[in-house]
Amino acid sequence: MKYWRRPLDADHCRSPHGIVHIIINRCKGCGFCINYCPKQVLEFSRHFNRKGYHPPVVVKPEACVDCGLCGAICPEFAIWSTPNPECILDEPAEAKPA
Amino acid sequence: MSRPKPSQPDATVLTGAHYLDGDEACAEGAIAAGCRFFAGYPITPSTEIAERIASRFPLVGGTFIQMEDELASMAAILGGAWGGAKAMTVTSGPGFSLMMENIGLGIMTETPCVVVNVQRGGPSTGLPTLTGQQDMMQARWGSHGDYEVIALSPSSPQECFDLTITAFGLSERYRLPVLFMMDECVGHMTEKVVIPPAEDIPVIERRWYRGPKESYLPYQAGPDKVPDMVRAGDDYRIHITGLTHDERGYPVINAACQSVCVSRLVDKIRDNAGDIVITDEEAVDGADVVVVSYGISYRVATRAIALARAEGIKVGSVRLVTVWPFPEARIAELSRKVKALVMPEINLGQMYRELQRAAAGNCRTLLIPHCGGWVHDPNDVLAAIREGAK
Amino acid sequence: MSELLTTPAPGGPVVEEERHPHEPFLRMDRIPHIWCSTCGLGTVLNCYITAIQRSSVPRADHTIVSGIGCTGRAAGYVKIDSFHTTHGRALPFATGLKLANPRLKVTVFSGDGDLVAIGGNHLIHAARRNMDMTVICVNNFNYAMTGGQFGPTTPEGAKLTTAPYGSYEHPFNIPFLVDSCGATYVARWTSLHVREMIETLVEALNHRGFSFVEVISPCPTVYARRNRLGTGLDLLKYYHDSAEVRHGADTRDVDISFKGRIIVGRFVQRCKPTYLDTMDAALGRSVGKEFVCYEGPMQASDGRS
Ligand SMILES: Cc1ncc(C[n+]2csc(CCOP(=O)(O)OP(=O)(O)O)c2C)c(N)n1
Ligand code: SF4
Ligand code: SF4
Ligand code: SF4
Ligand SMILES: [Mg+2]
Repeated sequence: MKYWRRPLDADHCRSPHGIVHIIINRCKGCGFCINYCPKQVLEFSRHFNRKGYHPPVVVKPEACVDCGLCGAICPEFAIWSTPNPECILDEPAEAKPA
Repeated sequence: MSRPKPSQPDATVLTGAHYLDGDEACAEGAIAAGCRFFAGYPITPSTEIAERIASRFPLVGGTFIQMEDELASMAAILGGAWGGAKAMTVTSGPGFSLMMENIGLGIMTETPCVVVNVQRGGPSTGLPTLTGQQDMMQARWGSHGDYEVIALSPSSPQECFDLTITAFGLSERYRLPVLFMMDECVGHMTEKVVIPPAEDIPVIERRWYRGPKESYLPYQAGPDKVPDMVRAGDDYRIHITGLTHDERGYPVINAACQSVCVSRLVDKIRDNAGDIVITDEEAVDGADVVVVSYGISYRVATRAIALARAEGIKVGSVRLVTVWPFPEARIAELSRKVKALVMPEINLGQMYRELQRAAAGNCRTLLIPHCGGWVHDPNDVLAAIREGAK
Repeated sequence: MSELLTTPAPGGPVVEEERHPHEPFLRMDRIPHIWCSTCGLGTVLNCYITAIQRSSVPRADHTIVSGIGCTGRAAGYVKIDSFHTTHGRALPFATGLKLANPRLKVTVFSGDGDLVAIGGNHLIHAARRNMDMTVICVNNFNYAMTGGQFGPTTPEGAKLTTAPYGSYEHPFNIPFLVDSCGATYVARWTSLHVREMIETLVEALNHRGFSFVEVISPCPTVYARRNRLGTGLDLLKYYHDSAEVRHGADTRDVDISFKGRIIVGRFVQRCKPTYLDTMDAALGRSVGKEFVCYEGPMQASDGRS
């Protein structure tokens, strides 16, 4: 990720990586999440789901920044992201006293 | 208006003897029954009820709102009832027409409330200031679909007080909008009204659900076919819809669910008709002629009955206190004992159709019609009684 | 195969047996909803559910009231007290609920036809009274549920089943309408602006008084198809290209034309006593010592009041 300035805590924080969760058979294939993911994490799957739609598939898992946009825009409650706890901090939080 | 004196500890029930018109008495009845939410839109000859409520509610902890029309008034009282208040609206013919769709919503969602119609002559704007009894069939069938209703018809200001309380009680007991079918004459007639002490007033409370929260189903009814109720804001997470629904309140759009849903709405009234129907009978045993009447027409009928008796005719009276459900069984029984059933009503034959249907040709049935604008001449009723006694 | 399986392709994380974070707020026994693929209604509902969780109102006090229409089905999916009323009458029903139990946070979630056509009279009066409630008006420029007829928000020129040659009526500019009637919070977003919509909905839910949020949303099945505007995704692209954020815009300037620009943002936010504030104050003043404030709803079994 490129910053326009260096964040103060950049030495021990990375942009939060997310895990994408998809309930494939709930998806109605609108493509909203795929199109508006700022990191192009998703693509249409070649497979059909049980409803006959092409659900999204995660093609760049490492690129997800857990921005939550896919979760908010999905009309079907079929996709969402959660923070990937292993990726948030390089060091334990106590490294920097308050 | 007899405003409570400041020294009076409780302004809610104005115990004592008053000189009130039917509209004012109806408002006092509502307050005594525990009505604390009112939404309405002015229309002659019902406006005095709204006016009385507007001046009395701030003294008794009620909320009055004048809505933008009767569509809104009816919808608002349904909302008020689900919010947990006893709720009422009042109107006359034109407004009653506007309320019909949401009366249906009240029937379908089983929402307790009271709708007062102070009838005037119609159709359309008709006779704004003059009486009529022309909305009786509209009360029964005015909203679309199949359903049963409960409607009452007071004959005096005292009854406007007493029966408004009964109407609230029935609406809570059977969970539906109860229609209170007054007329301009009763509404504007001023008579002595005795308001009993609060503790003597039979107030029926809501059928609150008392079981565990997890097992509540909004439309699961007991043996009397009436479900218990909760109110919004208590975290039951209810869904209430005007669509055909199952016990959970969820829409189910098919014939099977329709059959279960609509049958219960109808049966809860039909099966309990014995408990709901109120008639006031006088001298029917051994009578040759029985006058069947309601509302202001009963008052005229009593005069005609007195005149007929003076002529030696054996005449009795059945007054319909509840007009819906119609007392079919009782009328059928009487039809086998009398020569004629006579019905004066200020319309061209509405409840009369029910009378004919229930009498089923067992005796003569005579209608004394009236187009509205004034009450019957007692002599016209007398003539019909004489005819029936032949 | 479990319904809850994820990502069928290589490289994706496989997460099993998981629930969408909104599921506790959804009537899962009614999901999937009836809305078409690429319809925007699910997105608006999704954002509303996020907003009720972020609002300062306790869950039990949130109540949703809908009228009739595709949008009107929203009430049936949210696991809070929910009322699906008659066409156009959601607002007066909501008014009754609020006045009978002033503790409730009542949200009316309904369509443009329901709120602005058949319910238009109630809309202007609820705004005038500054009735303390939130209105989410999903504007898809037509009566969708009945198959795509034109309505009072249809832009001139748009074709619909009852305007086969294109609508020639002047449409309402809804934010201007409610602003001029007295609404104290007025905003508009499109269903693409999910973050802004959520923020706005939280503000609207926390607002005291009549708050109104219009959400422009795609109806691909009837409106877009008739007008050859493509899918819901194509409409989101149109929103992306033609939306212009203008907070505090004069609502007179925010009308929408066919395929024209859509001004979005928070247009109005002002303080004014609500209906209940003015009622209690005025009656307290004029009735004096005898005034008894509304005693609240009847006590239910569990004693909450
Ligand atoms: C009194 C009445 N008139 C007409 C209808 C038919 N009807 C149902 S939904 C609807 C239009 C809904 O339009 P809108 O509120 O914009 O909702 P949408 O379907 O577009 O989301 C109409 C006309 C009805 N249900 N009730
Ligand atoms: S959370 Fe954001 S970055 Fe990650 S997949 Fe969803 S939209 Fe893309
Ligand atoms: S937004 Fe939801 S429904 Fe649309 S493609 Fe993505 S997962 Fe499927
Ligand atoms: S008809 Fe239009 S508004 Fe209705 S669900 Fe389908 S896309 Fe959505
Ligand atoms: Mg619409």
